[in-house]
Amino acid sequence: MKQPSLWHVLQPKWRTALQRLREERAGGGGKLVILTLVGAGFWAAVFGILYAMLRYFRGVEDLGPLLAGKLLGIALLSFVSILVLSNVITALSSFFLAKDLDLLVSAPVDWLRLYLAKLGETLLHSSWMVALMAVPIVAAYGVVYHAGPLFYGYALLTLIPLLVLPAVVGSAVTLILVNVFPARRTRDLLSIVALGAAAGVILLFRLIRPEQLARPEGFRNLLDFITLLRAPTSPFLPSEWASRAIMNYLREIVDPLPLILLWTTAGAFVVAGAALHRGLFASGYTKAQEGAERFVRGVFWRWTVGTLLRPLPVAKREFVLKDIKLFFRDTTQWSQLILLAVLVVVYLFNIQALPLHRGEPVGFFYVSLVSFLNLGLAGFVLASIAARFIFPSVSLEGRQMWLLRSSPLDLKALLWSKYWVGTVPLLVLALLLTSLTNLLLKVTPFMMAVSLIAMSALTLAIAALALGFGALYPQFETENAAQIPTSFGGLVFMMATITLLGAVIVSLWQAVYTYVRAVYEGRPVVVDAWMLFWFAVAAALCAAATVIPLRIGLRKMESFEF
Amino acid sequence: MIKLENLTKLYGSFVAVDDISLHVPRGALFGCLGPNGAGKTTTLRMIAGILRPSGGRVLLGGDDVHQHPLVAKQRLGFIPDRPFVYDKLTGAEFLRFVAGLYGQEGETVERRIAELLEVFELTSWKDELVEAYSHGMRQKLIISSALIHRPEVIVVDEPMVGLDPKAARLLKDIFRQFVQKGGTVLMSTHTLEVAEAMCDRVAIIQHGKIVAAGTVAELRQQHKAGDASLEELFLKLTGGAHARELAEVLGGGDR
Repeated sequence: MKQPSLWHVLQPKWRTALQRLREERAGGGGKLVILTLVGAGFWAAVFGILYAMLRYFRGVEDLGPLLAGKLLGIALLSFVSILVLSNVITALSSFFLAKDLDLLVSAPVDWLRLYLAKLGETLLHSSWMVALMAVPIVAAYGVVYHAGPLFYGYALLTLIPLLVLPAVVGSAVTLILVNVFPARRTRDLLSIVALGAAAGVILLFRLIRPEQLARPEGFRNLLDFITLLRAPTSPFLPSEWASRAIMNYLREIVDPLPLILLWTTAGAFVVAGAALHRGLFASGYTKAQEGAERFVRGVFWRWTVGTLLRPLPVAKREFVLKDIKLFFRDTTQWSQLILLAVLVVVYLFNIQALPLHRGEPVGFFYVSLVSFLNLGLAGFVLASIAARFIFPSVSLEGRQMWLLRSSPLDLKALLWSKYWVGTVPLLVLALLLTSLTNLLLKVTPFMMAVSLIAMSALTLAIAALALGFGALYPQFETENAAQIPTSFGGLVFMMATITLLGAVIVSLWQAVYTYVRAVYEGRPVVVDAWMLFWFAVAAALCAAATVIPLRIGLRKMESFEF
Repeated sequence: MIKLENLTKLYGSFVAVDDISLHVPRGALFGCLGPNGAGKTTTLRMIAGILRPSGGRVLLGGDDVHQHPLVAKQRLGFIPDRPFVYDKLTGAEFLRFVAGLYGQEGETVERRIAELLEVFELTSWKDELVEAYSHGMRQKLIISSALIHRPEVIVVDEPMVGLDPKAARLLKDIFRQFVQKGGTVLMSTHTLEVAEAMCDRVAIIQHGKIVAAGTVAELRQQHKAGDASLEELFLKLTGGAHARELAEVLGGGDR
């Protein structure tokens, strides 16, 4: 029987993507302009930093190419590690949980086409971001080494197998896991394992202090340093082959071996992956239809939070309880707390590792300045957390909105519940983070008070912005909450929050500078009109950023149609 | 009890519901019939306050659903055609949550939950997450949730979809008793036998307009249909006679 082409099997996917693109275009160019600007800004920043580093390396005799090669090797290795993890998770959706599977599996499509189509889908979904990230990196190497236009084609030829390999490995791991556990359990397990692994990598990377590599004086002698650079991370790692292939081209060394290794290994892996798929897919797919959680009593939340919220009206109380239960029962949601914990530890570690605490005591001025800039950084950390947990909350109501809209629930109560469920933990974290970092920095009580008050006001505003933008750019169709923050609305929210942080910090600095200067010069501190004016400006900014997004969000929610 | 006045809904230039006016009195079971895409679901969702009308208004017990939503919706129980519920809540938790939305709590609610779960044979599933429920069980849970606060009006979109014959029969009995006790039901359905057997009055909607309304007997009289079945009447009114041509398309079975 004649089999449909791969292109045909993937038709619904690419047609949907094309249609989305058309809708985006019809919706006006604003979104595209913002995305292009942010993307170009990000690319330019990565390119700029790498360009400066590589230029510096090129100027260093002998060591230069080694350093450049090592840097590329590290970058590619981290790409491959990220890709394996993301492919494992993506493969679970595309091979076992996707909506089109019932149609494809029941149609007379042979196993190989199904495998290749789903492998391609997995690869595309999990690798596009890494592929985009590679563009400025490759460009920086090409420009610094004056490699000419052919280099970019060659780099593409090197990177394609590097993307295929993790896709095959990730899909195979998922295939085996699904055969061992039911798919829905596997999803839970994977989100915890993947996030735990990612968190471990971040933590490890930070704790080994990579900045030491940039300071050769830290090594006992130059020979140790060169030995470390010369040694490949592992001769069996495809990322090492890719890095060698690229560096050889740049240094005009003719050696096709790394490229041959990459392509033959990728080919062999696809064949092995297909064979595994042939043997295990049918049983795995059957298992994927099973498995759901069993009995849950849920009295814990009713006794604790329920009792605590007793004074609230019943609708608000039930809403808060429902949100908390849904959060802690959805592994894809709560497992993100692992990453959050790591983020906080790394943050505190960075403050601790600041050179401020080495050697002789540092001036009051710098401690105050760092404590002040810390406000911005902590604000950014909080914004990322709000993007993860508060921003998706309106989108997650999407499918159940029929119930909320047909019931006499006031949308204000809904927004109120969502706001406080998100804000209270965020506020606790914000105050903890600020007071701990300020204690580590040994700031004055005045700075401590300013930081804590400012951080509280900023947290209220950040949570409101997250909820407001979440309502303005809802993603009702997304099934995975973890994907919502990476949408366009998430990007706009982060941009708005960074603008707010900048504006508040600049205003506060105007006020605090008077104080810092007075203390520095040994003059008495006078709270004058100037100081009060700028404190008032900062407060007004935070208040506006709290009230306006909530109002806009409410209006938008009132206009939702389902 | 339910009053629609010149209700209109536009999606861009497409008219989904076109100037519909309708009155469903207290104690009536009213059926909306019509081909796919006729505007039935849009009308029902406007009545439930989920969609905003482009024109006209909806009154429930005299209160405008969009001007005074909290008062009007207090009287309403809505059952949608697609059973989307929170997967990570248990059946009992979901019902408790819905009761809370209507401001109800305490022992009365707990008794009502137990009673409804018993009626719909979900008692043994009450502490199980909804994600483990079948389509029919979810539908039963949603029907229970619409009844939990003892509404005066039930608006229901395709009530029999996904239900087994026993549950379908149960639902018919519940609706009949509800109406006998003074409640009002407005339902849309494709199952003409259900409409013919249950509804006091029906309206046939096509292209967003009511093309006929009344009791089945009145419709037969109005359209000189003799003692034709509701199905034949429906096909006559909606131009669905073409459907018979389907037999030719599907005629491959004779090969």
